[in-house]
Amino acid sequence: MRTSKAERFGNYLLLLVFAVFALTPIVSILVAAVAPDKHLGNFVDAWEIGHFGSYLRMSVLVSVTVVVTSVVLSILSGYAFGTMRFRGSGVLFYLFLVGIMMPTEAIVVPLYFDLRTLGLTDTYWAIALPQVAQSVAFGTFWMRAYFRGSNRSLVEAARLDGAGHWRTLWQVLVPPARPALVTLIVLVFMWTWNEFLIPLVMVTSESLRTAPLGLAFFSGQYTSGFTLLAAGAVIVGTPVVLVYAFLQRHFIAGMLEGAVRE
Amino acid sequence: MGSPPGEPRRIGYLYLLPALLVYGLFLLYPLGRAVHLSLFEWDGISLGKFVGLGNYLEILQDKGLRASFGHALVLIVFYSALPVVIGLALASVLHRAKVRGLGLFRTIIFLPQVVAMVVVAVAWRQIYSPDGLLNDVLRAVGLNGRGWLGDYAFALPAVGVIGTWFETGLVTVLLLAGMARIPRERFEAARLDGANAFREFFAVTLPAVRGEIAVAVTLTVIAALRTFDLVYITTSGGPGTSTSVPSYEVYHRAFELGQVGSAAAIGVCLTVLIFGITFGVNRLADR
Repeated sequence: MRTSKAERFGNYLLLLVFAVFALTPIVSILVAAVAPDKHLGNFVDAWEIGHFGSYLRMSVLVSVTVVVTSVVLSILSGYAFGTMRFRGSGVLFYLFLVGIMMPTEAIVVPLYFDLRTLGLTDTYWAIALPQVAQSVAFGTFWMRAYFRGSNRSLVEAARLDGAGHWRTLWQVLVPPARPALVTLIVLVFMWTWNEFLIPLVMVTSESLRTAPLGLAFFSGQYTSGFTLLAAGAVIVGTPVVLVYAFLQRHFIAGMLEGAVRE
Repeated sequence: MGSPPGEPRRIGYLYLLPALLVYGLFLLYPLGRAVHLSLFEWDGISLGKFVGLGNYLEILQDKGLRASFGHALVLIVFYSALPVVIGLALASVLHRAKVRGLGLFRTIIFLPQVVAMVVVAVAWRQIYSPDGLLNDVLRAVGLNGRGWLGDYAFALPAVGVIGTWFETGLVTVLLLAGMARIPRERFEAARLDGANAFREFFAVTLPAVRGEIAVAVTLTVIAALRTFDLVYITTSGGPGTSTSVPSYEVYHRAFELGQVGSAAAIGVCLTVLIFGITFGVNRLADR
């Protein structure tokens, strides 16, 4: 297909306009964070004045828990759904699909009041466990699709070699699943790191605030000047953006294939 | 393919058990409890009063609540309709053009999807502020600025534009992926039949990406219905109640006003709405 010079120019202009549109808010916050005179010192101030060190630690703790727990549980349940036949597996699988579409808004109200009755609100568990449940729904769906499509003769060969179902899973099926697992890990990490409503509702102690929650409170209290707020926002946003930058091929494919969840 | 490989194994239940346990306790049970709570008038402290479907009737009758669902509809235009139209135009031009740097462009316009919404909200609040970037630009071309998020007429569209900003990249990338799968011969055939770019778009491109459009519409409409963090941080539903949306009402009622039953009912309605839209759109796309 041949394109005229004018058309090519038009195409690049279009790319440029939309790239600028997409980048402006992100760049403006980056610029604000390193300006005017203190440059990187603003991050140090935000870290100390805004307690972002403590918020980041909490976010890391919650994200690691949610990612590790939900990925392991999803591998197990996806293995069952993907390679075994048992009574009720169809119905049970649809039950998991419900969780993928479920908005957090619907469950957060009863969760808060029931966990309060149990004395579990304002704990780290109240933030992590509901998110494990949400991620397990998607993870089960994701790993089931992977294991269903996996090489059947590999499984049969392993069985002939005398491997049990446990060894077949971990030594035969999981190692080649690395790309699928990386996508799952990155998606769950991003959803957990960016989650706002659950920590907002579940936690009142400052020491339990996750990074986005800390930023929201900081933006409400600290109103003198945008610099420190911008530095805080950069601190909160960077981890996921870094992961995205390194794994963007996986990331985009994963977002698109995992389309159903959000 | 059909049935999954492997013989029947009852051991499957054991593999399922841990996931099902967490999922059941922290998602399915609360979902059932939401339906239960929605039948009561309860302030979260004292004894609740059974009101049957009263909370649901209230959603239909209460002007403020009806308005919040109306706001969600406006946001759907910004979150879904605009990104789909822009995305279709953008993707079909880029797909035909074979430009350099497409990969980088894809990475950049998808970037808003991965930035935490709280960070997005903080950035845009600054852009919209009276001395922010938007007003600077407007003043530079001789127009009057305003406090966009504090303006009764402009606050909701201003929140909507943020939605357009972060959904356009997702939709464009999704559509580009769909268009890449169209066999080249189909375009060539259309060309031989004398189709111009527009005819080609409507005859070849559009029908081929129907599935991707369905996914894009589903995702963006759901995102529009779940606009909580953005509203919470940019406007808190204000000025007045001009940017209040159902997901914000859930939080506001349950945790600020002590109307837990009503909040649960709104949450249940949102869920039903999302299920309905997901099934409806996919039905349409499959036909």
